[in-house]
Amino acid sequence: MNKKTNLILITLGIVVLSIIPNCKKGAATATLASDAASRVYVAPGEKDEVYAFLSGGFSGQMSVYGIPSARLFKIIPVFSVFPENGYGFDEETKDMLKTTHGYVPWDDSHHVEASMTDGKQDGRWMFLNANNTPRLARIDLKSFETKEILEIPNTAGNHASPFATENTEYLMAATRFSVPVPQASVPIDSFSKGGFKGTVTMVKVDKNTGRLSIELQVLVPGFDYDLSHCGKKKSHDWCFFSSYNSEQAHKMLEVGASKKDKDFILAFNWVRAKECKDQGKAYNFGGEYVNNFREENKPAVSTKLSGVKMLNPKDCPGMMYYMPTPKSPHGTDVDSTGEYIVGGGKLASVIPVHSFSKMIEVKDKKEHHSTEIDGIPVLKYESTLAGEVQKPCLGPLHTEFDGQGYAYTSCFVSSEVVKWKLGTWEVVQHLPAYYSVGHLSIVGGSSTEPYGKYLIAMNKITKDRFLPVGMELPQSAQLYDISSGKAELLSDFPTVGEPHYSQMIPAKLIMDKTAKLYPLEENKHPYATKTENEAKIVKLGSTTHIYMTAIRSHFKPDIIEARTGETLYFHVTNLEQDYDIPHGFAIGGAPNMTNLLIMPGETRTFKWVAPKPGVYPFYCTDFCSALHQEMQQYIRVSP
Amino acid sequence: MKGLLFQSLSKKNRLLILGVGLILVAVYVIPIWSISISAPQYPEGLGMHIWISKITGATPYDLKNINLLNHYIGMQEIVSESIPELLFMPYVLGYLIFGALITGLYPKVGMAILGIINLIIVGIVGLADFWRWEYNYGHNLNPDAPIIVEGMAYQPPLLGCKEMLNITACSYPSYGGIILGLSLIVLVYILWDEKQRKKSNVV
Ligand SMILES: [Cu+2]
Repeated sequence: MNKKTNLILITLGIVVLSIIPNCKKGAATATLASDAASRVYVAPGEKDEVYAFLSGGFSGQMSVYGIPSARLFKIIPVFSVFPENGYGFDEETKDMLKTTHGYVPWDDSHHVEASMTDGKQDGRWMFLNANNTPRLARIDLKSFETKEILEIPNTAGNHASPFATENTEYLMAATRFSVPVPQASVPIDSFSKGGFKGTVTMVKVDKNTGRLSIELQVLVPGFDYDLSHCGKKKSHDWCFFSSYNSEQAHKMLEVGASKKDKDFILAFNWVRAKECKDQGKAYNFGGEYVNNFREENKPAVSTKLSGVKMLNPKDCPGMMYYMPTPKSPHGTDVDSTGEYIVGGGKLASVIPVHSFSKMIEVKDKKEHHSTEIDGIPVLKYESTLAGEVQKPCLGPLHTEFDGQGYAYTSCFVSSEVVKWKLGTWEVVQHLPAYYSVGHLSIVGGSSTEPYGKYLIAMNKITKDRFLPVGMELPQSAQLYDISSGKAELLSDFPTVGEPHYSQMIPAKLIMDKTAKLYPLEENKHPYATKTENEAKIVKLGSTTHIYMTAIRSHFKPDIIEARTGETLYFHVTNLEQDYDIPHGFAIGGAPNMTNLLIMPGETRTFKWVAPKPGVYPFYCTDFCSALHQEMQQYIRVSP
Repeated sequence: MKGLLFQSLSKKNRLLILGVGLILVAVYVIPIWSISISAPQYPEGLGMHIWISKITGATPYDLKNINLLNHYIGMQEIVSESIPELLFMPYVLGYLIFGALITGLYPKVGMAILGIINLIIVGIVGLADFWRWEYNYGHNLNPDAPIIVEGMAYQPPLLGCKEMLNITACSYPSYGGIILGLSLIVLVYILWDEKQRKKSNVV
């Protein structure tokens, strides 16, 4: 070979090498339907078809998107303070973040659950879990505001939560990190000797008001309970919890918790549990917890509670069974008919599907039991198995259903969504995801009547889908159209925090019920000022209450005198009764209070301690009118 | 002519007059006139109803929001209490209804004519008064108003639509106004009918 041919070969090589990645890219993007842009396009003034509520992961918040446009509408602060509107800072909402550990202004929130009536989404409430400091929240879908937060005692890592029963009778909450129950300083290696415990908590939801209360806790073996979903129709009485680390390893879990071929899905008959409680089989147990409730346009009321009813599985036969499930299951998902319980073994090579009717048939037959753990019978794997989806993908995690007999499973390791048929267990389509996918969500996909049509797959690790913005890349979700036989990728969009899970609801269930303003005549806030004539300043020793009104484009009173060290409460009532005219309120250099956004007809309180002498401006922060910039005044602080 | 004035109304026309009296009662509980305002920033619009005895917004909040808009240009606040006519208008309506009842008892064509004259007077005086109020609201602006546009007045139209800055204001009779108009038409019809009847009697 002479030099010339060499050169040609090298050139050819470069050309080939540069073509290969391009081809690959071309093949990948080819799955994008050519008219995808028009299918996610929502023209100006038109409205989206679906609301998507995404958990914010480590942001502790919940975000609201429109689907198919994937436009971000709102961030609802739930477990994290929100300087944008004063949530967690002002006198009305700071008690929402109270816990037995004190004020905890952040959490790690994973799962969104929609309220249901008869197994169908009813558009009344959303529920969200707090994993770090175990809590549950209820978000009202009239005002899109967090109305209630309930702490869960005797648990650590409230991960398998808040999954609702078919009629939202109860929300389930189970331990991720088993710990000594009650808490005690014990050697960590006592975990491996069974010294650590988990709990399953039944949180009752009042069907009219939505108020949350703890009905009962069940003390369960110290595994890590990961996810849950409750039954439907024939399986109405049951909820299913996945668990990992049934090895009860306490160090290097990466290896220690992955030894056994199978972990468990815990089948829990909550109707039976309530029955045992009513028969007096549960005993009084300790545990302090806090309930924070914020009534419409009133300051939150934080109540400290103590003690729960605790039940041991061995005292209530027929309540709990373990179904072995390969390996370290994450998702445990019940299909729309209530028959199939799909496990998502994150290290498994199959997707195991349990049959509810088989479970009912064999659960109390000794020959189908392999052993018993702390009074909970372990059923044989084959006895409850309906089928296995063979070689679906790598790392199956979580499954949702389209109501047409198909299931969609997200696969973390192989980065894809797999569509398969219930009953035949055949894989019918592989949908590539451009990142490591975690949960997925279909509109109404966890209810008895999925709306279907759209599926979003949410990322765990995103790489280069968008313009790079430093080391922390945008978190992301991918939108698919599943309305026809072949699912198609439509778009992907950045999200707030790591979007663990989502609930999508047809817009028509919510949009006409949303509140536009707080009627002034119904304002029962103790510091409300309903007309400008009632605006006043009341001095009580070194504390001053300013009953202030805000309306386009002024505050009243507008000149405030104070002395250094004096505590001032600005109770600001927004007198507007017009759709979307909030007023803001902020004082220059206020170290402990951010901003207030006060909705029309609402009253909120800004607490301020007068600093060193001077003149301090206060002003409206939300552009409210042509004279918004003039909506400003002064506080004089004298020595 | 004199004969016509004292001619007794036919049974049908007598019932029609009683009907007019009856339907006029509805005017106590429905608005007479409506002004609607639309602007890009108010996609759902704002509305104001004028009733026999009060002024209200089309929704519980509209009047307040119209006043909030108006305060920029220094228009005085629109409140029922500032319009004394609204205090005696219910009596005027009562007088018209009373007239219809009396006509039922004393069914002469002259009474119908009196009714027509009354309605026309009420109509003309009412519209003139309405125009005067509109004129005053639109012209007597606060000289300290935040927004002053040289030479601009904000008088809404008496009937029809008019553009003022970026706002379109439309003014039309509402159900009550339509009933008053219909009453007049019915009375004119009765007069015409009686005239025809007289003619055919003569022939
Ligand atoms: Cu403002």
